[in-house]
Amino acid sequence: MTGTYDVIVLGAGPAGASAAIEADRLGLRVLVVDEQEDAGGQFWRMPGPKAARAHAEPDGNDLRARLRASGVTSSFGRRAWFIEPGFRISMIGPDGIEEGTASALILATGAQERHIPVPGWTLPGVFGLAAATVLLKAQGVLPGRRVTVAGVGPLLFLVATAVLKAGGEVAAIVDVNSRRDWLGHSRGLLSRPDLALRGASWLAQVRARRVPVLTRHAVRRILGTNTVEAVEAGPVDAAWTPIRGGARRIECDALCIGFGLIPLTDASRLLGASHRFDPTLGGWVVDVDRDQKTSVQRLYACGDGAGILGAAAAPLRGRIAVLAAARDLGRLPTSSFEVQARPLRAALSRSAHFGAAMTALSAPRPGLTNLISPETTVCRCESVRRAELDAAIAEGAVTINDLKSATRCGMGPCGGKICEEAAAMLIAERTGSAREHIGTATARPPLRPIALDPLLGEFNYDALPIPDLAPL
Amino acid sequence: MSALIRFRFNGAEIAAQPGQTVAAALLAAGVRTLGRNPVDGRPTGMFCAMGICQECVVVIDGRRVEACRVVARAGIDVRAG
Repeated sequence: MTGTYDVIVLGAGPAGASAAIEADRLGLRVLVVDEQEDAGGQFWRMPGPKAARAHAEPDGNDLRARLRASGVTSSFGRRAWFIEPGFRISMIGPDGIEEGTASALILATGAQERHIPVPGWTLPGVFGLAAATVLLKAQGVLPGRRVTVAGVGPLLFLVATAVLKAGGEVAAIVDVNSRRDWLGHSRGLLSRPDLALRGASWLAQVRARRVPVLTRHAVRRILGTNTVEAVEAGPVDAAWTPIRGGARRIECDALCIGFGLIPLTDASRLLGASHRFDPTLGGWVVDVDRDQKTSVQRLYACGDGAGILGAAAAPLRGRIAVLAAARDLGRLPTSSFEVQARPLRAALSRSAHFGAAMTALSAPRPGLTNLISPETTVCRCESVRRAELDAAIAEGAVTINDLKSATRCGMGPCGGKICEEAAAMLIAERTGSAREHIGTATARPPLRPIALDPLLGEFNYDALPIPDLAPL
Repeated sequence: MSALIRFRFNGAEIAAQPGQTVAAALLAAGVRTLGRNPVDGRPTGMFCAMGICQECVVVIDGRRVEACRVVARAGIDVRAG
């Protein structure tokens, strides 16, 4: 909604919605913006069809109820496409363009999935693991009748269990990690016994249904002409490099595949905040201090967008960010800030421990790039194959921006969000360069694709004053 | 069971549950190919389901939008992107 606020929160997931509710409690005028139709973000997503509501996360329902009961102004169904310092947010929604201004901005933009292109991954019927959670939990739709679930991390078991619960069949779970990798993080997992128990129940359900679990395996190829007909999986070594032989064909009609989560940083990059590459937090991440403050004055970041620590840690970071913003705006005495932030920080350190263990389990290993064959499309939008990227790197492309200008990789409508991580891993592999030097693509508006006609509004070209031409 | 919502995809009738997105309704109806890639012509379909990848872009009543972000409404005309 167009207007002026004390605080704007971008994103209404577990972090953003909690931040907004806390801001309202502190008496701040607060606007929360999200492109979805309700709060919850990706993980606590509001189910669309009634049939899917039984699968809704109870925590998400609670969050939505608390947000509705608060005095927060919620702008749902709005896509924020530009943010100017100071802060002014430009949005497009069902009623056209809107603008919000505020002295403090809290980014709670969440995460996206990391994708590793394997041959055949552009076929319809291949979905991200995160996509599968949306389809199963929020849309009440199975990705396929017989589904292979592949990649890394806890989403493998969450998705497999959800497929079974919805009446589908799981052809196999293909996990690049070994059982030992999982056990290696058991201390971190046990920091939140409730969440560890939930994971154990997923595993028990998968076992009870005799779903084949291939550990230290990866999908090497996806087979089919117009859609998925089968996948070929084979063993990988400790660096996740495919080992010769041992390939097996798995008959299935859908594949859900993902390799962990990465923070969405385009908004904080657009605003010029400082960032660093930290694999323990999912990759490129905005720098925040213990109050969730970024390097830009009155800009705060929380939730998975400020490092992948999971949905349990997100609300705590959101509330700390708002307490800090209220203090910095002179609306909360420093002593009250300290008193209120202390218990949140204590709870955060337990939840963050759990989230960090999950992120470490999912951190990509260098062998993964060997799954990308020369003919595999890396940039889906612009159809750029690995061989073209390799050639550009051999000719001297050493940063993501170099590769983008040389090959158009990342220049399509998704803005490089799907291919950038794989492209950066390829540069790292070929040049031995650190990710800090490879960088990210320069963030530019629009943050997400938008239609131009709402921006133009009722503009009438005939009304443009055109001066008479000067006589020759 | 609430009444289904009916819309058209490339002329064929598709039924959606109230509240379901166009992409989810099409997937449930067995439609996986939602368009063609403008560069190499390969079939494209829903991939990220959260409005990021742009693979599920279709034309709804003359406007290009992500099918995974639009809730199905009765009578809309959806064309492959």
